[in-house]
Amino acid sequence: MGTTETNRSDGSSRLDRRLLLERLSSYWLVGAGFFAVALFGLIVLTLVQQSIPIVSEYSLFQMMTSSNWDPASDEFGFLPAIVGTIYVTVLSMAMGTPLAILAAIYIAEYAEGRTKLIVSSFIDVLAAIPSVIFGLVGLIVVVPFVGDYLAPAVGAHSIGLGIVTVSLVMAIIVTPFMISLSVESLEALPDELRESSLGVGATKWETIRTVLLRAAGPGIFSAILLGFGRVFGATIVPAMLIGGQTAIPESPFDAGETLPTLIVNDFGELMSIPLTQSALILVGLTLLVVVWIFNFGAMLVRRRLQRRWQY
Amino acid sequence: MSNETAIRTEDLEVTYTGNREVTALDGVSTEFAENKLTAIIGPSGCGKSTMLKSLNRLHEIQPNAEISGEVYLGDEGIYDTDEPLPEIRRRVGYVPQTPTALPLSIYNNVAYGAKIHGNYSNSELDDLVESYLRKVNLWDEVKDRLDDPGAELSTGQIQRLCLARSLAVEPEVLLCDEVTSALDPISAEQVEETLEDLKEEYTIIMVTHSMDQAKRLADDVVFLYLGELVETNDTRSFFENPQNERTQEFVKGHTAVDYDDEPDEESVTDEQPVATR
Repeated sequence: MGTTETNRSDGSSRLDRRLLLERLSSYWLVGAGFFAVALFGLIVLTLVQQSIPIVSEYSLFQMMTSSNWDPASDEFGFLPAIVGTIYVTVLSMAMGTPLAILAAIYIAEYAEGRTKLIVSSFIDVLAAIPSVIFGLVGLIVVVPFVGDYLAPAVGAHSIGLGIVTVSLVMAIIVTPFMISLSVESLEALPDELRESSLGVGATKWETIRTVLLRAAGPGIFSAILLGFGRVFGATIVPAMLIGGQTAIPESPFDAGETLPTLIVNDFGELMSIPLTQSALILVGLTLLVVVWIFNFGAMLVRRRLQRRWQY
Repeated sequence: MSNETAIRTEDLEVTYTGNREVTALDGVSTEFAENKLTAIIGPSGCGKSTMLKSLNRLHEIQPNAEISGEVYLGDEGIYDTDEPLPEIRRRVGYVPQTPTALPLSIYNNVAYGAKIHGNYSNSELDDLVESYLRKVNLWDEVKDRLDDPGAELSTGQIQRLCLARSLAVEPEVLLCDEVTSALDPISAEQVEETLEDLKEEYTIIMVTHSMDQAKRLADDVVFLYLGELVETNDTRSFFENPQNERTQEFVKGHTAVDYDDEPDEESVTDEQPVATR
């Protein structure tokens, strides 16, 4: 009798402990989730609060449309950085995206066995190289290539450093990353899609183009967006290779600046001057807001694609 | 098997060479009659799907499948041939087990193959889509929403859409891989009714592991066991008077209802084609 009771009370205290742990764990998880939200809010609030001094003194519109950045004489136009950022992003994505999609199709649908293993592991290794290494190699290889060969070949003048150079190197950096993610979306598709299409006599290419690229479309779209985000926010490579010119570039071969390079080039010495600090933080806030708007728009597009191309 | 033969296999052998070598089909020679529905039955993993896919070379999308023997479509082999693979697969269509809508509209799901193979005008395509959707008893359910994504239909409707898509390229033979096993009983019944209508006009080869379904639908039965052909006969003889000892056991093990009492309409929904998964 005694033993059964002990067992029972043991059993119920064990249950109590399990239930307590259950409650505690849910608190922890909720806490962790909200911590992330709070951190995000804190960052945005800090940026907003710190940008107030400059915005209250100069019009936002004027700063965004003026190309004169000269903190010493209280000029804070950052149009060249906006133009430079757009240039770099568009050029690198234009170079990287088609290559990434083609390579992903090759790896997911055509490559087999050892070849597939080798090619895809090289791409993964490439995606894992720190970008500062790409910056260094860019300085040694891409800068002279652009300055001595590419620019003269298209009849432009270039010192080697500049927007095209940065775009080339950034394309090389984000492409492996986009390939990996796109391959994943293609490989996640059920074989039934392939069988259904091939089963009515479609060729492999027709199957890929009409069926697989659509079905994997939302995933590939996300991969491209993540690549886009990386180029947009890239700091170290542009800082090393863009040439740091605070004027609107006349051609893509010119030197220039991007929003992140404007911040890193100036923050060291100028953060001590309150108004400049505020201006740089405003630049940071602009970067954040653009990325945000972009992500939001992308989410809407992705949702549409998912409905349209569901399988 | 009195009728003309639409497709036949000769000493068909398929081996999967992966980490472990597996012989999925071991020298199967059999024939499938024209304009009849033949059911391939057998326990799971006995090579039914492999057999089906080898009839239009669809197993070749698996990287490690090796095949020997030959499949004759009419008089011509489909392995030792100059005929391009897509054309072989157009002539021998395939409907997979999982209802699969292509990421296209309902309309384009049906028109998909036809657009690839033929030069149709828009109005011809409209007619074609309508006629094949009617053929699979889907037209009335979808005629007002042809531009919606195919995947928004119910699974049962999608399976009939798949049939329409396959038929729209006018195949000589249609391969169906357990086409009702992923469906609820009512959708399964609708698909079965569709197959019932279609078998008058088409040569259909269907894999199933529901014996009752085979009894209800099939004209002929092919029984596979561990990659070997055990017995093939017309459905009635196969179930009433199995010749081979293994068939006798298999039929006995699976037969809950006596053959003669069975084919009344309602009982179709009561039994569950799904249950045997």
